[in-house]
Amino acid sequence: MSKRTVSVWTDVRFWQRSAAWVTGFSAALLIWLTFDTMGQIQMGTDADLKAGITKRVPAATVINYNIDYKMDDHRGHEVPVIGGKEKFFGRDDWSPEEAQALLDLGKLGSQAKNCMNCHTLLGNGAYYAPDLTKAWLDPAWGPNGPYLGMTGKDTKEEAMAEFLQHPSQYPTHSRMMPDLGITAEEAKGLVAFLKHMSSIDTNGFPRNFGKKDLTLREKKAN
Amino acid sequence: MANNLKWESQKLATWYFTVAAVLFGAQLLMGLIAATQFLYPAFLFELFDFSVARMVHINALVVWMLYAMIGSVYWLLPEETGIETVGVGIGKLLFWILTAAVTVVVLVYILVQVGPADQSTIWLIHEGREYIEAPRWADIGIVVVVLGFLGNVFLTAIKGERTGIMTVILADLIALAGLYLAGMGYTDNISMDQFWWWWVIHLWVEATWEVFVGSLAAYGLIRLIGASRQTVEMWLWIEVAMLFGSGILGLGHHYFWIGTPEYWWEIGALFSSLEPLPLVAMFVHVTYDWGRETGQGHEVSNSPALAWFFTNAFGNFLGAGIWGFFHTLPQVNIYTHGTQFTSAHGHLAFYGAYATILIGMFYIAVQGTNNIKQLKATFDSKMAIFLITLGVFGMTIALTVAGYGQVLVERAQMGATWEAFFISQDTLWFVQGLGWRLAMGVVTLVGFVYLIKDLLSTGKNPIHVR
Repeated sequence: MSKRTVSVWTDVRFWQRSAAWVTGFSAALLIWLTFDTMGQIQMGTDADLKAGITKRVPAATVINYNIDYKMDDHRGHEVPVIGGKEKFFGRDDWSPEEAQALLDLGKLGSQAKNCMNCHTLLGNGAYYAPDLTKAWLDPAWGPNGPYLGMTGKDTKEEAMAEFLQHPSQYPTHSRMMPDLGITAEEAKGLVAFLKHMSSIDTNGFPRNFGKKDLTLREKKAN
Repeated sequence: MANNLKWESQKLATWYFTVAAVLFGAQLLMGLIAATQFLYPAFLFELFDFSVARMVHINALVVWMLYAMIGSVYWLLPEETGIETVGVGIGKLLFWILTAAVTVVVLVYILVQVGPADQSTIWLIHEGREYIEAPRWADIGIVVVVLGFLGNVFLTAIKGERTGIMTVILADLIALAGLYLAGMGYTDNISMDQFWWWWVIHLWVEATWEVFVGSLAAYGLIRLIGASRQTVEMWLWIEVAMLFGSGILGLGHHYFWIGTPEYWWEIGALFSSLEPLPLVAMFVHVTYDWGRETGQGHEVSNSPALAWFFTNAFGNFLGAGIWGFFHTLPQVNIYTHGTQFTSAHGHLAFYGAYATILIGMFYIAVQGTNNIKQLKATFDSKMAIFLITLGVFGMTIALTVAGYGQVLVERAQMGATWEAFFISQDTLWFVQGLGWRLAMGVVTLVGFVYLIKDLLSTGKNPIHVR
């Protein structure tokens, strides 16, 4: 350390202290915001769903309800809208415990089968296969999509589960999903995981989901 | 390999560098397999799928860089502190444990690939979370090995002389190691999962790893061109302030769309937009010192290493700074998030910010191992840096073009659905972009072959000053 320091701007100790303060301040702010965010992304409860309270990440029992993704004029982007009851694998009375167990199986499955190294989840992962954030709402699985007919199933969840068990039998592109040894039960869990993920409030990502070939103005009006 | 090293710590460093170079090669091979599958999806389908190739590709990347970073610390530790690393015997034992564990993990990735949907997969096969897929048994092993490494570094630094560079490295390593713990948990809540996952990934590559690179650059400038320690260390503290000041809260740019609240838009946009500034400062700093020292007649003691350090300063700014800034604002990111844009940025950023400077450290080790006073560039060393840089930059441009096409078609026009994704993948810009990416990947691999050839042979070359 120099004794001939003439200016604070060339003083090592000044910069050393600045670095410590800046780092400390940033870290403290990050930790404070982390506590706030933890509270906001904590999974909601079944009671919240029944009372119609909106949570950024709803309870697992959201699988008992219809989920939509609609423009919110106040927030200026699309948000998930949880509607009335809807059957999921023939039932709309999955208890909190049952729904949680199914979601747990699906989340574990999504990691065990390495979904993230081809697909993106919430936009994060690899870019070899479609984003799964709103896969549950994808028109490909709806009444006008190819999958109900291809799999010969009556409902979206059954078609998805069938696809997950034998993906390379139902290709829609030369780039196919490989057979990952997913069992019938695991497939059910994975579909629950996807349905739950579509109910998460992602601040409008992906934008204009499922709105094809519209002009910007038409998309806004929608 | 002839060994003229005075310090055992530096011998241990060369072991780490050797494994790092091998894993770098593995990373390139896996990348080529994955790049081929983009163009010819039937290639190795249901034998060695894209997900497996990609998992090994990015894990080899992370692990070779961590190996080279540990090696770099063991290399500079005796030079900075003036004493032998205190527990170098334990250090060597930990090296073998870590290397055995990495080998088992990679073999399980390649041979077992996927497991059943229960905790046994998370514990024994992989965790299926991008970049930190290592199964939990390996996580715990990594923590033990890293604690041993940290103990070694701290005890040595306390006993020996403590320079500014050592102080920064000590503080940085604590943060770097501690952050790994944030990625070891399991939760059913995917938003919570990704929140903590980014604590590891972002606070590594956009904060603690960058500060580590700043320290290596400082060490390199003193070592390679005889820059004044006082000036270099003052710059290092300025860089630490700027890197942590922007990088820590820059974490917010990963929290735009994962379920986290809207305020991250403002926090993330503001601080991550500042992230390029320290990278500009580092580039100016390296360039200025280089000009000044050589202008005053200082000899460059290791030309290939300096070339790699300089490529680092520019590549860090271009890959991490510019390519990152491209899509860091939420208004842009809502369309580009999770497309080939991200991939383009990832390739140039990891190369520019990390691969380059760590290869520079390989050259410093080659110089020391062969007791060379002045290491000169050879035809092979020039081919290596030219071809690898051309290859990675070429891949980046190709992926950027592909990403542009993808964003316009999939996100802007077609509504981001399953069908929209696949239509975008068949567009001309996308397919040609991915074609050029594969070609440039091959160029990178050829450059890598030159690099290895040079690293293994340049020590015997009579052109160097001994």
